[in-house]
Amino acid sequence: MTHPENAAEFLKDAQKSKWHDETLWFVRDKRDKVSKGIPEWEQLRELASGIKDNVLANLADYLEEFERNATKNGIIVHWAADSEEHNRLVLEILQQQNCTAVVKSKSILTEECHLNPYLEKHGVEVVDTDLGERIVQFLNQPPSHIVLPAIHLKKGEISELFHEKLHTEKGNEDPAYLTQAARVHLREKFFAAKVAITGVNFGIAETGEFVVCTNEGNADMGVHLADVHIACMGIEKILPRRKDLGVFLRLLARSATGQPITNYNSHFRSPSPGKEIHLILVDNGRTAQLAREKFRNSLKCIRCGACMNTCPIYRRSGGFSYNSTVPGPIGSILSPGLDLKKHSSLPFASTLCGSCTDVCPVKINIHEQLYEWRQEVTKTQGEFAKGLSMKLANGIFKSPLAYKISGSLMRNALKSLPNSLIYHPLNVWGKNRNLPDAPKESFQQWYRKNRS
Amino acid sequence: MSSREKILSAIRSLTLEPKALPDIPNFSNSGDLVERFTLSISGNKGEVLSKSEFEEWFSSSGFSKVISLSAQFSELATLPLPEDPHALETLEVAILDGQFGVAENGAIWLEDTQLGLRALPFATEHLVIVLDRNRLEDTMHQGYDKIAVAHSGFGLFLAGPSKTADIEQSLVIGAQGAKSLRVVLI
Repeated sequence: MTHPENAAEFLKDAQKSKWHDETLWFVRDKRDKVSKGIPEWEQLRELASGIKDNVLANLADYLEEFERNATKNGIIVHWAADSEEHNRLVLEILQQQNCTAVVKSKSILTEECHLNPYLEKHGVEVVDTDLGERIVQFLNQPPSHIVLPAIHLKKGEISELFHEKLHTEKGNEDPAYLTQAARVHLREKFFAAKVAITGVNFGIAETGEFVVCTNEGNADMGVHLADVHIACMGIEKILPRRKDLGVFLRLLARSATGQPITNYNSHFRSPSPGKEIHLILVDNGRTAQLAREKFRNSLKCIRCGACMNTCPIYRRSGGFSYNSTVPGPIGSILSPGLDLKKHSSLPFASTLCGSCTDVCPVKINIHEQLYEWRQEVTKTQGEFAKGLSMKLANGIFKSPLAYKISGSLMRNALKSLPNSLIYHPLNVWGKNRNLPDAPKESFQQWYRKNRS
Repeated sequence: MSSREKILSAIRSLTLEPKALPDIPNFSNSGDLVERFTLSISGNKGEVLSKSEFEEWFSSSGFSKVISLSAQFSELATLPLPEDPHALETLEVAILDGQFGVAENGAIWLEDTQLGLRALPFATEHLVIVLDRNRLEDTMHQGYDKIAVAHSGFGLFLAGPSKTADIEQSLVIGAQGAKSLRVVLI
């Protein structure tokens, strides 16, 4: 299904889609307020963008430095060229530990690699421990937003779900009550797990440490109770120096949810005595994106979600309409690089208003890249319907007589044709757009009457 | 070729324009550090208390399972630090010393030496951090200057209690980790 088809589905529930729109705008507004309290905000964005430029220009060197230092610290570093290799490496570590149940904190990368279904197929129970992620996991859904995974659901739906899965009181929709039920359920899982999986927000080349940020504390609950910690990291998450974290931690949570910082920012440098930390560095299309000069700096993304919260299309079409692990504006420039055919409608899911670019903490020119991807899509796929009408138009404009006749035909046709013929499925531009009333006469006729 | 070689050589095969690593200026803000820190912690849904306020709260709460690694309040402990973090499941209060705090966002830096067990500040029901009011930094930049490259196996900027807004964006305190954070400024 294309983005417009999925969006139409989302908009059927008018009340819920309005709530979605307004709620995300509220988050965007919080971001504005908190960022205005930082006089150097624009300088920080400039710095973050510059640091990431430097990272991307020297990525191989930084990766080697990171690996060297992490290994020195006692972290076991693995490399995965693609999602299959990543998933296989995770499974091998679990099998070495005889582990059949694992707790996992939020990691967009493991979503991208479809790790959960892979592990489940091999007999491993995966428990997503971020509350929003646990909710969508119960529903067999992917997250609809990278920071707010269950933003597409109302508390009534979650109450019903928890009644079924966690035996909460029927009809009790109190978020505090439901969260408490999830707390009891998840803490039981944390205390039983032998292996915990997390994502990585930042990996520091200089020290070989990596940083994981959460508000719930779920990543830490998992890894500090387990014997083995598996951290999954995209190769673009590198920062050169520890002090660069000062810039990025000031930007990340403020851009994401309008808070000054996430409540837990954990720096993992070496395992606790007797425990293991495995870190998997994953490419999965990132080096290919690095090779595309026009799209290279999409790899600066720190997954804050600000571009989604501000996007007039995302807010009104919901995360699922993108059918992509990372939805929204940033997903629409990352996903075509992974599979252009599957994601060909995404670069068009934008008004090109540029609001995404304005809020991006690392200054990715998202709307310009959306425009560039449109060129790539039309180059490779062409547009059958448009191609045909252009040929027709070419014939008409070449002959003055054909032009005169067709003009008068069209003026009459627009008046008398039934709407079903004008607003037909081939004419996507006719959707939700009304044609202007056709003039009674052509310009030539008007000129002859009034000016000759 | 291993995946490591494959990835590194794919990157090295590209001609990438050199880009200099920018210097980070020493940004600083104005205003009283204690006041700003206190405001930040309450914004993060924690609470800043004086020593006497804390003692009053603690004695009126009647906790029976308390671990204290804070030199100031070692006598409040009812339990020793266990060897296995799984023994923390029913812990009511953990009292720890923080190294320093950051005024702009309330983040408090803790390392292995302050934590005893890395799971401690997460698994406990209530967390108390004791902090010297003369050890407050302005922004995260000064915070990282202070840590520099000091080596700890684990380090944590902790800024509040465990919280979530995953159900309809309604803020709930006490998701999976500690249900409250009290910072005692001395």
